[in-house]
Amino acid sequence: MCNNPLLKDPYQQLDDYIDSIPYKKENLILILHRAQEIFGYLPDKVQWHIAQKLDLPSAKIYGVVSFYSFFTMKPRGKHVANVCMGTACFVRGSEKLQKEVESQLGIKTGQTTEDQLFSLDSVRCIGACGLAPVMTVDGKVHGRLETTADIKQALAKYRPEGTPEEAKGSNSNI
Amino acid sequence: MKLKDTGELNELKGQSLALLKNRRISSPLTTLEALGKPRHIMVCGGTGCHASDSPEIAALLKEELNQRGLSDQVEVLQTGCFGFCEKGPILEIHPDNIMYVQVSTTDVADIVEEHFIQGKQVERLLYVDPSSEQRLASDFPFYHSQLRIALRNCSYIAPEDIREYIAADGYQALAKVLFNMSPASVIEEIKKSGLRGRGGGGFPTGVKWELTGQGEATQRYIICNADEGDPGAFMDRSILEGDPHSVLEAMLIAGSAIGATHGFIYIRAEYPLAIHRLEISINQAREYGLLGEKILGSDFSFDVDIKYGAGAFVCGEETALIHSIEGARGEPSVKPPFPAQEGLWGKPTCVNNVETFANIPPIILRGSDWFAGIGTEKSKGTKVFALAGKVNNVGLVEVPMGTTLRQIIFDIGGGIKNHKSFKAAQTGGPSGGCIPTKYLDTPIDYESLISIGSMMGSGGLIVMDDSDCMVNIAKFFLEFTVDESCGRCTACRVGTKRLHEILTKITEGKGTLDDLDSLEQLSKIIKDTSLCGLGQSAPNPILSTIEYFKDEYLAHIVDKSCPAGVCKSLVKYKITDKCKGCTLCTKHCPANCISGSVKEPHVIDEERCLKCGVCMEKCRFGAIVHH
Repeated sequence: MCNNPLLKDPYQQLDDYIDSIPYKKENLILILHRAQEIFGYLPDKVQWHIAQKLDLPSAKIYGVVSFYSFFTMKPRGKHVANVCMGTACFVRGSEKLQKEVESQLGIKTGQTTEDQLFSLDSVRCIGACGLAPVMTVDGKVHGRLETTADIKQALAKYRPEGTPEEAKGSNSNI
Repeated sequence: MKLKDTGELNELKGQSLALLKNRRISSPLTTLEALGKPRHIMVCGGTGCHASDSPEIAALLKEELNQRGLSDQVEVLQTGCFGFCEKGPILEIHPDNIMYVQVSTTDVADIVEEHFIQGKQVERLLYVDPSSEQRLASDFPFYHSQLRIALRNCSYIAPEDIREYIAADGYQALAKVLFNMSPASVIEEIKKSGLRGRGGGGFPTGVKWELTGQGEATQRYIICNADEGDPGAFMDRSILEGDPHSVLEAMLIAGSAIGATHGFIYIRAEYPLAIHRLEISINQAREYGLLGEKILGSDFSFDVDIKYGAGAFVCGEETALIHSIEGARGEPSVKPPFPAQEGLWGKPTCVNNVETFANIPPIILRGSDWFAGIGTEKSKGTKVFALAGKVNNVGLVEVPMGTTLRQIIFDIGGGIKNHKSFKAAQTGGPSGGCIPTKYLDTPIDYESLISIGSMMGSGGLIVMDDSDCMVNIAKFFLEFTVDESCGRCTACRVGTKRLHEILTKITEGKGTLDDLDSLEQLSKIIKDTSLCGLGQSAPNPILSTIEYFKDEYLAHIVDKSCPAGVCKSLVKYKITDKCKGCTLCTKHCPANCISGSVKEPHVIDEERCLKCGVCMEKCRFGAIVHH
């Protein structure tokens, strides 16, 4: 659950954080951001824990978590890829980019690969319109992804070394 | 070091001027010794350049200069956005007045060797002006028609050093407001300047301040709306990354004018670099006593906190934003009461956009008459546009109100990419509309854009060419509003979904003429009955495309064809007589619907064709076409 085994109990970590900030209920969104950082996602159990800690109805926590697209209730892969679906990227071919990334990863947008290596999502404009179409992986922007090889190359950086998915094969426009 | 009064602020400014003394002076390039020291390499740290390794370039430059023993003579600084994102990463060398474009990490050694040791320009890294084909070291045509007020410091100063901002007249407007102006005269000045909200609505800023300051209240709040959700707009982010102190200073000015002691900056969590620079600025401002108790020795106290968004477009709407800051679902509420009367935690609250704030310090310093002298009758000052899409020079441009689309797209933007022809410009994001060729010469301001069926919005300007299908674009925007509708009111929640369904039907070739009427009728109902701006403006992309590109809708509905060749279900492929019979297409066709013998022209069986387009992509003779 917690990525770093050296750290103390994640629930304790979250509680310590909540104790350290003033105006707890008003800072619910901030607390959820931190919780997602610690746990990687926000399952029912974590939401329930926060509800108890802040003395809020768990329905309210769920309401907030489900409202904002930044929060996820499903575990994510080790690397999160986001294809930009902003207008500038859209007119420069982000739909095709999305299809190609989906086919290279073998999953649909919103899903995680079976080996838990990649999750794929879409994002609405990250402001790198000069590089359109773009995809971010773990926050790092990969721009001008116009051929299948460009995409393979971008993804290969996140695969463990020695996997056969290196940038080879056909290099056609997407 | 806390600044105790304006005297100390001015003293610090005097000391800091040395930092800027070598910037933007043009001097002939000579040897290193002849130039003033230190020289500065400003490396663009805006989002686009940052993504193309500009931090690595800066680090390598430092290392290389260090190895060559030049580190005490040449300083490397990261700035905000230069605006010319198309040619990023960009770096500018002062005082030599030379810009290098599309620099990569492998160019670093050459720059240090050729530029700093041999004292000559690195020719291959200069910008090539496409019209004259000359290499230019500075003064690119891209900047010619621009007037930078909100972006005045972006790329000019290093945003992570408060002293640079102070040297560039930073916090002087605050000092003027605190010691030489009354709150009423500040509000009057902003009203007279004619500044209007740059987030899209265009509400007069001075009036908003006046309304928030009225009546009795135990507490008032200032909120900076940095929830830039319009896809394709990135000016607010660039201002926060390139000149964060100007926003803080403006919030302080607003706070003193309306009697608020606390401010919040509501920013998207998707903007980590802007958040990082803001955090640094807030800490520096606190350290210098420009935030906190008794600022510059006056009676005015003010502090700022950052609040993070979590990915909801509707939170750009001010009441939704306030609910989000309070830790709840970001759903809008009915106005009135307006936030100016009952806002954050029930207190009067003034919500202004980042770009609006960035205009405040220059207005105070240079006067409302100066600002009101720029722009059109009802829209004063400048507007920053994020120019993107099928245009040669993608980037951030700031132009006086009243500039025409043609000037922006063709003079500044350098025209359409790949020599295609202009079809439409989309302004205002999902709330705006598509503007056709016939309005290219309309001077742009708040009113003129509304009169031609679009709106200013936050300033996204997406250029489209003849390979874009307008029905598909309308569908794209509706997909966005369906996703982002918060679900609170029925008109928006259900209405946008129905609009999207009808558009999908049309792009799949199943539309009827009745659908066109339903689209228009439903659009009008949604506009009239939605609770907030999101729903009220959601049908704009449909209404404007139906008005200006009705023939494309009719082509989809009546002729069952997509003139731009975008809508897959409507595209038909045909093999022309250019076919050499190489059989490559038959090998790749997943439906096995191409037949023909070797060295004979092939034929596609349209009944079985999946319209995947693989054949057209693979054909080496250009023999397969849409028809």
